[in-house]
Amino acid sequence: MTLDEVLGLYNYWVVICLMMTGFYIVIARKNMIKTVIGLNIFQTSVVLLYITMGKVTGGTAPIIPPETFAHQNDHHGLVHETASDAVDEGTLETVDEGASEAIHQSAELIYSNPLPSVLMLTAIVVGIATTALALALIVRIGEDYGTVEEDEIQVIDRNERRNNEYHK
Amino acid sequence: MIEFLEYHLPVLLIIIPMIAAPLSVLIGNRRIVQWLALTVCWTTFGLALWMVAIVNSSGPVSYELGGWAPPYGIEYRVDQLNSFIIMFVSGLGAIVLTYSPHSLNAEIPQSQHYLFYPMYLLCMTGLMGICVTGDLFNVFVFLEISSLSTYALISLGRTRRAPLAAFQYLIMGTIGATFLLIGIGLLYQMTGTLNMADIAAHLENQRQINDGQWAGSRTMLVAFAFLTVGLCIKMAVFPLHSWLPNAYAYAPSVVTAFVAATATKVSVYAFIRIVFGIFTPRFAFELLPLDTALWSFSLVGIFMASIAAIFQQDIKRRLAYSSIAQIGYMLLGISMANNDGLSAGIVHMFNHALIKGGLFMVVGCFVLRLGSVHLDDWKGAARTMPWTSLAWVLGGLGLIGVPVTCGFISKWLLLTAALHNNLYSVAILMLISSLLAVIYIWQVVEVLYFCEPSEKAKQATEAPMLMLVTTYVVVGANIVFGVWTTYSAGLAAKAAKALLEGGSP
Amino acid sequence: MNIFSPETMIQISLALPALAMLLVLLTGRFPNVRETCTLVVATALFLINCDLASYVFAGDRPSWNLGQMMMPGFDIAFTVEPLGMLFALVASGLWVLTTVYAIGYMRGHHEKNQTRFFACFAAAIFAAMAAAFSANLFTLFVMYEVMTISTYPLVTHHGDEKAKRGGRVYLGILLSTSVAFFMFAIAWTWKISGTLTFTQGGILSEAFSNGEVSELQLAILLGLFAFGIGKAALMPFHRWLPAAMVAPTPVSALLHAVAVVKVGVFSVLKVAIYIFGLDLINDTGAGEWLCYVAAATILLASLVAMTKDNLKARLAYSTISQLAYITLGAAIATPESAVGGGMHIAMHAVGKITLFFCAGAIYVGAHKTDISQMKGLGRAMPFTFAAFLIAAISIIGLPPGGGSWSKWLLALGAAETGQMFLIATLMISSLLNIAYLIPIPIRAFMVTKGEEPQSFSEGPLMCVVPLCMTAVGSVVLFFFANSIYDGLLPIVQ
Repeated sequence: MTLDEVLGLYNYWVVICLMMTGFYIVIARKNMIKTVIGLNIFQTSVVLLYITMGKVTGGTAPIIPPETFAHQNDHHGLVHETASDAVDEGTLETVDEGASEAIHQSAELIYSNPLPSVLMLTAIVVGIATTALALALIVRIGEDYGTVEEDEIQVIDRNERRNNEYHK
Repeated sequence: MIEFLEYHLPVLLIIIPMIAAPLSVLIGNRRIVQWLALTVCWTTFGLALWMVAIVNSSGPVSYELGGWAPPYGIEYRVDQLNSFIIMFVSGLGAIVLTYSPHSLNAEIPQSQHYLFYPMYLLCMTGLMGICVTGDLFNVFVFLEISSLSTYALISLGRTRRAPLAAFQYLIMGTIGATFLLIGIGLLYQMTGTLNMADIAAHLENQRQINDGQWAGSRTMLVAFAFLTVGLCIKMAVFPLHSWLPNAYAYAPSVVTAFVAATATKVSVYAFIRIVFGIFTPRFAFELLPLDTALWSFSLVGIFMASIAAIFQQDIKRRLAYSSIAQIGYMLLGISMANNDGLSAGIVHMFNHALIKGGLFMVVGCFVLRLGSVHLDDWKGAARTMPWTSLAWVLGGLGLIGVPVTCGFISKWLLLTAALHNNLYSVAILMLISSLLAVIYIWQVVEVLYFCEPSEKAKQATEAPMLMLVTTYVVVGANIVFGVWTTYSAGLAAKAAKALLEGGSP
Repeated sequence: MNIFSPETMIQISLALPALAMLLVLLTGRFPNVRETCTLVVATALFLINCDLASYVFAGDRPSWNLGQMMMPGFDIAFTVEPLGMLFALVASGLWVLTTVYAIGYMRGHHEKNQTRFFACFAAAIFAAMAAAFSANLFTLFVMYEVMTISTYPLVTHHGDEKAKRGGRVYLGILLSTSVAFFMFAIAWTWKISGTLTFTQGGILSEAFSNGEVSELQLAILLGLFAFGIGKAALMPFHRWLPAAMVAPTPVSALLHAVAVVKVGVFSVLKVAIYIFGLDLINDTGAGEWLCYVAAATILLASLVAMTKDNLKARLAYSTISQLAYITLGAAIATPESAVGGGMHIAMHAVGKITLFFCAGAIYVGAHKTDISQMKGLGRAMPFTFAAFLIAAISIIGLPPGGGSWSKWLLALGAAETGQMFLIATLMISSLLNIAYLIPIPIRAFMVTKGEEPQSFSEGPLMCVVPLCMTAVGSVVLFFFANSIYDGLLPIVQ
């Protein structure tokens, strides 16, 4: 790969770095809160992956600008049909000339892909729910064990097991 | 009305439990919520049976969510395979919930029951959603719904180990789901669509296989890797299984019974769908050595888990390790990628759900009366709890795979599938490993029947009628489907055929 | 009576033991009703089987197919042929007598859990009937395993530590061999020949002539069957038999002299005759090594039997030895030896059940289990030991015991192969049989001067009558050997 290509893929490098950082924190850190933070970083990297994937070079936000929208309103019925035809066939070829002009104008604008961002909204919500649940569990564990360090908890558990067997 | 229901059937399977869940939280009254949840679960099961009938008579059903046509809209696609799975997942959900009241009263404080039921319903929603959907991102969403509710359910266990087990499961499960998400993202990047059938069609063009060498996109390989590993964590395949023993052991008995019977199976279904539906068998098994990887990890997992099960004093942990081994059998069947093997894997999902669900329900009965999951406390319990002990024997025979139980059906199909592919060593190893199940099941049988009763066993009485009847329904189904398999092995064979035929280019 | 068609008779034969089990479970609270149910059903079963036999020995092959309800691609099917018919007759006939004996024994011994006992007995007989009538290897395997499971509660009836350990060995060996070897062999056979149906002349010859399977592979396959059918107690997988002696004697008698072990050797014979085909075994020499193993089992088991003081243990090893005769008959694979093996199923069953009945009667009547304690006991229990003597003669293979015919046929078959060591084995083992069986009744009837005769009396009447009947039966069979020979001959044609 040429230097240009490598640099051009910088978003993926960022994603990979974040992903590995998050993953490492999850695996290597014994403090539960830190684990959750690591998980969050891991999930954030994936969010970035999707969002950067959705960005089209030279693309603008996927919102139809007001001017084009006004035009579309004039040719309301026609445009609607041909627009939906275009969507169905996956092409921008239209039948009607008048409508094609309006379409052409809106077609000059390149939009970034809205779908990944939308997907990531869902993923972020899932992530938040997971974090909330994880933190709630940590609070419970903290109350029960008096600590949120995994190695200390292991020691406490091991001692408890030994005591149980001793007292049998 | 009937047409309306029939038309919207796929989404009703999800909507009904999903709406009932927050409704339960709002209602707040334990008794009302219990009845609501029961009604919802049995209704869902009824709808699932209807779905099976429809699919069997008129072929796969396709439903557009919100009327948006695929591939831009989300499509729900129910064919032979998922209708089969939906049926037993909802069925077991309903039966376990019917079985639950006494066990819940003993293990979860009554003030929290009205929260238990919505979690249960959400878990059902998630599992049904994974099975019904034809959209890949939907799979992720429903997977997370079911997982999150499972983490919450597990943390309701009696001891302080329960939240810890739930937390550990949460971490591993989220990593798995995130891997799945990465895989989905990469696939979306390559194909521009999230609809599973559409992705498969796009990948056809991308495959460009020349002389057995892969000349297509490397992204696809990476996507495949992430999807597979993510699902392996969810399926508890060796070596990514470490969350399972603790999660099953420390959860409340009802939760273990439900989750053990359904959650991993649904992940296996997702795996099958992705490998056979999207990446065809030719890609996965001929180009990539997925079959070798699967059957070697499966066999190692089977042996390791079975041997670990023998040494467990906690019965729930014993059965948890046994579950890991049984997942290995399912994947072993899938790795054969021929009709027999895939049928074996699919029918074993069903059979194992019955067997493990039944066994964990038996354990729940014992826990209720004896107050312990420790093998020593179960000594001689057959004297005071004869019917429960008999249920363990029957369920155990199913696990061992004795003829006349459903476990034998899976075993035989696996055996013939392995020999069909000339995998003699795999066949022998699989047979030997099934003998390990004899050891860990029979240890418990011996403790129940041949030992002097322990203190707890002397004071015990037989389990409540409700729990016994529901347990025997499941254990009895074990035997019924071991003798009459038109609706289990027969359905599985049809599903396998459809998968293998549809998948080939 | 011709009111039932042969197919219906098969269905009834299978339904009756299942019905018996149900009735026993339902009438458990009323012992006399419970026992009557078993006796009535058992008698009915024997009569139905006699009727069915008249068809089968006349050349008919009635069958009943349940279709692929259990496994796609594999039928559960039943076809009655002479060998299976003989086994079914023996099992059902002896069930009646054993039930009478068991009533006497269990009540005389005040045993607990009698309902479970009689119910599992019926279940085991069901498995035996179904195995006898099975039309293909799949059905046979299913019923074989059902028998293992249904006899486990019988073996571990006493529920104590000894029973647990005995049960462990029993279940362990039987399940391991059946799953690891037998099941694998069946699947392999299916792969080679595409079918599992028992067919005259075997199903493997075509594959062999096509070169799909080599001689070595056939030998291995036969070995997998021989060792996989653990109930045939071929060494080194024989340990379950002595371990099963912890069971009450009626169990040892019917199951481990008749039902369980005979299912084993019956399966071996059916595999040899109807799966391999005698010609194939002879042509490929697949049975040669099996002859050696069977001969070794015959001799070794007899030698071990001589060292055992416990009567039931001695009889167990004697059974192992006698079963190996039948396996030897299958391995030699000549028509005479195969028919001789089949005949030996009947002869040995009747003879051995008598010996076990005697052992149980001695235990109930005199509370003695060891042979060294039985000196002079015959004066107190003349019928028991007389029956013992008569049955022993049959087992040894001397006229007028029925066993002499089956041994004669086996020797004929061995002579045909020209393997002198086989004939020598048969002769030496007969001598060993004399050595470990005859001293028992002789010592029992001997009283040295000055010794008090033991002051016991015979066992319960319900125990003594059956054992006298089977003893007489072993002599009666001597005279009917010809009919049995004629009946079995079609299987090897």
